Amino acid sequence: MPSTSAPALALHDVSKRYGRRWALARLTYALPSGRSLLLTGHNGSGKTTLLRMLATALSPTAGRVEVLGRDAVTDRDSVRRDVALLSHASFLYEDLTAHQNLTVLARLLGHPSPKDGASALLSRVGLEKRSDNPVRGFSAGMRKRLAIARLLLKAPSIALLDEPFGELDPSGIRDMEAIIAELKAGGVTVVLATHLVEQGMTLCEERLHLQDGRAVAA
Amino acid sequence: MSTPRPRPIGLIGATLALLRKDLLIEWRTRARLNAIVFFALATLLMFSFALGPDTRLLEKNAGGYFWLAILFASVLAMGESFRVESENACLDGIRLAPADARAIYLSKALGNALLLIALGIVLLPVMVALYGVKVVTGFVDLGTVLLLGSLALSAPGTVYAAISSNARARDVLLPLLLFPLVIPALLSLAKATSLVLQGDPMNQLGSWLGLLLGFNLIYWGVGFVLFPRIIED
Repeated sequence: MPSTSAPALALHDVSKRYGRRWALARLTYALPSGRSLLLTGHNGSGKTTLLRMLATALSPTAGRVEVLGRDAVTDRDSVRRDVALLSHASFLYEDLTAHQNLTVLARLLGHPSPKDGASALLSRVGLEKRSDNPVRGFSAGMRKRLAIARLLLKAPSIALLDEPFGELDPSGIRDMEAIIAELKAGGVTVVLATHLVEQGMTLCEERLHLQDGRAVAA
Repeated sequence: MSTPRPRPIGLIGATLALLRKDLLIEWRTRARLNAIVFFALATLLMFSFALGPDTRLLEKNAGGYFWLAILFASVLAMGESFRVESENACLDGIRLAPADARAIYLSKALGNALLLIALGIVLLPVMVALYGVKVVTGFVDLGTVLLLGSLALSAPGTVYAAISSNARARDVLLPLLLFPLVIPALLSLAKATSLVLQGDPMNQLGSWLGLLLGFNLIYWGVGFVLFPRIIED
């Protein structure tokens, strides 16, 4: 069970090294429960590495990452059940249809009615007419919509969104903003990494600016 | 959001869900099956051309050639099974779902074994026609050898396919890692298949099948235990 008094996310002196390069260097931060975080910084500043670490896709080289009071390395499986990542990579199978991609995940998650759940989410992201089309023929924007449906299917406590507005058309951006607002209204902690700072500031209460893997004043 | 919160499923449920996904992808594309069937058929044909018209030699070594064709084709099949997962970082998507890494191993290894069994079923009549052999001890024995052989190749092959999937020279690395390891299995398979095709007057088949069973127990166990470390670290 997640600890209710613990911060939603806590970084204790966290560093991550790729070869000789430090992507994150001695980062310490805590996001209070019930708040959402905007992650900003130039390309290569460490935003994606931090999100992947919070999602438990990466382990820190040094330091400790806590998600809902649980260690993201030693309690990895438990953390994974509460966290969902919208990544640059879509996690979508190219040869499966949109509906099949969601159904596969729904079955894996033990969803009570995988096919119905998948159909409902495809309607939610405006892909119901392309439900039976293989992902291979999808545009970048459609892939992004399907990837957010994949995230919603998981019903996470923490949503990690890496450039969620990228590749979306104006209506897609509006839909994404509505989805983020809906997630927040539902009590989901949102961590949003984007270059669209003004847009992000309207959605998040906290901000963490990264530069060369370190937290700096924005 | 109105999405009901999912409940985690167990190891067997996750294995079946992932196996179903792999078979669905295979069914939709048939890319792997087509590729390995034609590759293995070409290999069988090349053996017969290389050895010339000496049918006795072909007949005597048919079991070995049959399993070599399957082994060579299995490298393609197992490498491809992880290429699908590396596209769009799908393996990360499954890991973070979260799916038990052992379920990922079991589903991949079982999927690869099923593919090799299907390949063996397609190759058998071709081998009979090309090499002039007959199934002497019965199809149950032959089916048992095919089952144990496919499982024996897929268990270590899946582990090494996962290890080599992120390497630049993965097409070379996988056979380099796999071939030395499966020599005991290949030897047992060639002998057992030869006994099935030429008769087993000394009742030796059981010993070779026992060796294959032991090989399977060891490598399925090793893969099951090690796979989580391989894909997480």
